[in-house]
Amino acid sequence: MTALYESQRAMRAMRKAAMQRGVIAILDVGTSKIACLVLRFDGPEQFRDSDGVGPMAGQSSFRVIGAATTRSRGVRFGEIDAMHETERGIRTAVQAAQKMANVRVDHVIACIAGGQPRSYGLEGAIDLEGQMISEQEVGRVLAACEAPPLGHGREVLHAQPVNFAIDHRTGLSDPRGQLGTRLHCDMHLLSVDGTVIQNLLYCIKRCDLELAGLASSSYVSAVSSLVEDEQELGAACIDMGGGATGLSIFMKKHMIYADSVRLGGDHVTSDISKGLQVPLAMAERIKTVHGGVVATSRDDSELIEVGGETGDWELDRRTVSRAELIGIMRPRVEEILEEVRARLDAANFEYLPSQQIVLTGGASQIPGLDGLAPKILGQQVRIGRPLRVQGLPQAATGAAFASAVGLCLFAANPQDEWWDFEIPADRYPTRSLRRAVKWFKDNW
Amino acid sequence: MATIGFRAQERAQHDPAPSVLSYRLQRLYLTPAFRYMMRFGLPILLLALVLFITFAEQARRDAVVMWVNDIKRSIQERPEFMVKMMAVDGASESVAQDIREILPVEFPLSSFDLDLPEMQKTVAGIPAVERADLRIRAGGVLEVRVVEREPVAVWRSSTGLDLVDIHGKRVAPLDTRGERGDLPLVAGRGAGEAAAEAMAIFDAAGPIADRIRGLVRVGERRWTVSLAEGQSILLPEREPVRALEQVIALHEAQDILDRDVAAIDMRNPSRATVRLRETALEEIRRIRMIELGARPK
Repeated sequence: MTALYESQRAMRAMRKAAMQRGVIAILDVGTSKIACLVLRFDGPEQFRDSDGVGPMAGQSSFRVIGAATTRSRGVRFGEIDAMHETERGIRTAVQAAQKMANVRVDHVIACIAGGQPRSYGLEGAIDLEGQMISEQEVGRVLAACEAPPLGHGREVLHAQPVNFAIDHRTGLSDPRGQLGTRLHCDMHLLSVDGTVIQNLLYCIKRCDLELAGLASSSYVSAVSSLVEDEQELGAACIDMGGGATGLSIFMKKHMIYADSVRLGGDHVTSDISKGLQVPLAMAERIKTVHGGVVATSRDDSELIEVGGETGDWELDRRTVSRAELIGIMRPRVEEILEEVRARLDAANFEYLPSQQIVLTGGASQIPGLDGLAPKILGQQVRIGRPLRVQGLPQAATGAAFASAVGLCLFAANPQDEWWDFEIPADRYPTRSLRRAVKWFKDNW
Repeated sequence: MATIGFRAQERAQHDPAPSVLSYRLQRLYLTPAFRYMMRFGLPILLLALVLFITFAEQARRDAVVMWVNDIKRSIQERPEFMVKMMAVDGASESVAQDIREILPVEFPLSSFDLDLPEMQKTVAGIPAVERADLRIRAGGVLEVRVVEREPVAVWRSSTGLDLVDIHGKRVAPLDTRGERGDLPLVAGRGAGEAAAEAMAIFDAAGPIADRIRGLVRVGERRWTVSLAEGQSILLPEREPVRALEQVIALHEAQDILDRDVAAIDMRNPSRATVRLRETALEEIRRIRMIELGARPK
């Protein structure tokens, strides 16, 4: 845990350096596309209290000055599969974004969609000795949380305190400055496969960039897609990406659960490709232009030119009806949603006070999904788009950029994590000495 | 057919991506310091190098200087800037002749080569010239406008005859007195410098002007009016004109100058003293003796 603490702290220092320089890049290495945004920080001093933005202040203190996307290569299920291909893709995106921003970027904040994230709820408690709770006590209570066995080769991606309790009062977001006898803390810990992080790190290093932060993709897309009251009251965000579908549950503005399903839009494409016997590129085109999940009787008569370039006239001149296409797509989308439902059930989502579910990500743009999803996920489903951020090109405002936009917000206004607090200097010696003195006093 | 299909597949698999070199070069170029260096530093350095190499050799330096001079010459010698002649206004024939001689210019000449302030000084240095204005008029004419000194008197000094103006400045030498018989004559050391006073005396001497031969400066402080027949009027240092007027009044009342008088001494203005000639003196003595009843010799 100490090694992790150190590496995360190093990343925080890097982020601070990037903030000072004022330019940072956002890199979303996804299965279907690699997006790179270049942010320029204008500094928090541009904000006045009268602006009334409150906790959103961090979101507007930056501006997107460069944006580029490229087709992803060498990524499967949100994990890097062919390292050099991915590196080339990152290079393409970063170069184009730098060119647009006309500035060199050295620090990058990335997100991970795959890596089989696993959520843990931890709790810790310390006795207070009558003193006011300061950051030191918070650090101590966080350190008192017992780390669960994560498994071999797994690393902590997020470790956020989500709740504090002093004596019998719970639900405190900030216990500092309060008094009590016992401080409890609940922490949400998210672990992912270490090799996935290593691979991404390696690719970024190969592009002469420094990693200044790392976030879970499902977390950041929820940050950008859930509106504030949804985050407060409790909601689940389902980020339907190309190769993986991430889900995260928010409550009281904190992520309390995250998971991912290794299914996504690319599986729909490959189903179409297999079912219609067309190349993948063509299948992707058919999916985006004609796709849907709810068939009507009119769809029987709408014929789609399948096309092809084999030279065989019979094969290249086939047509399929839209109903057939929907017949291919719908089971796969249903499968994804059912898998998500299962994960939500496993997380006891139905016991949350609010059952809001927000669908985002590229695959959420399938027409008719807003009709299909309520049948599987429950009534309170909406299709979400990421928040508007300043300077973002129109082409990058779609649902597919939810995690990229979320990363921007994450970069500007990160949540407190365990490593943001000072690790308590081993206070054992003084305490044991005090205990010894106490024992002497009591017995002599 | 198979090769075409293969190629299409290969193209589909390999998306374009910048090479590592081009990626790094672009990043290097986006570094602010490097970019400023490329944009300003390098051109300036190159220019400095080229100039240094060019001017390191004496021959090239000379060639450039010559080239610059040639261009300068060619511009200066355009017909618009050429001065073709000199016009002297307001000067008499002899003074104009002097000016033409004293100005060392040979026409045609570029106006850039004319040092007008210097020339103006030179022209103003001619004794006969009181004021000189030089300018280059349109049409390539160097115009010298001169105001000549007006000679008011002839000054006879130990060195010879000179014409002087009212300020006492010599205008021109004179060979004989007869050349300017119209001008009054002053003589003695310092007479020229006091020409203004002399002229005032001459003006005041209207009724006896035809008798006056000239004025003599005595001891550089006072005047003596020299009259015909050897008579003279000694004037005081201060207010000589009033003294002269007294004498004139005396003359008009008593015709004193028509008498046998050698000099009227007005050096003490309150008491005019008359010096008689030899014969008059003897005559007056004789008359006195008779009056006294003495026996004539």
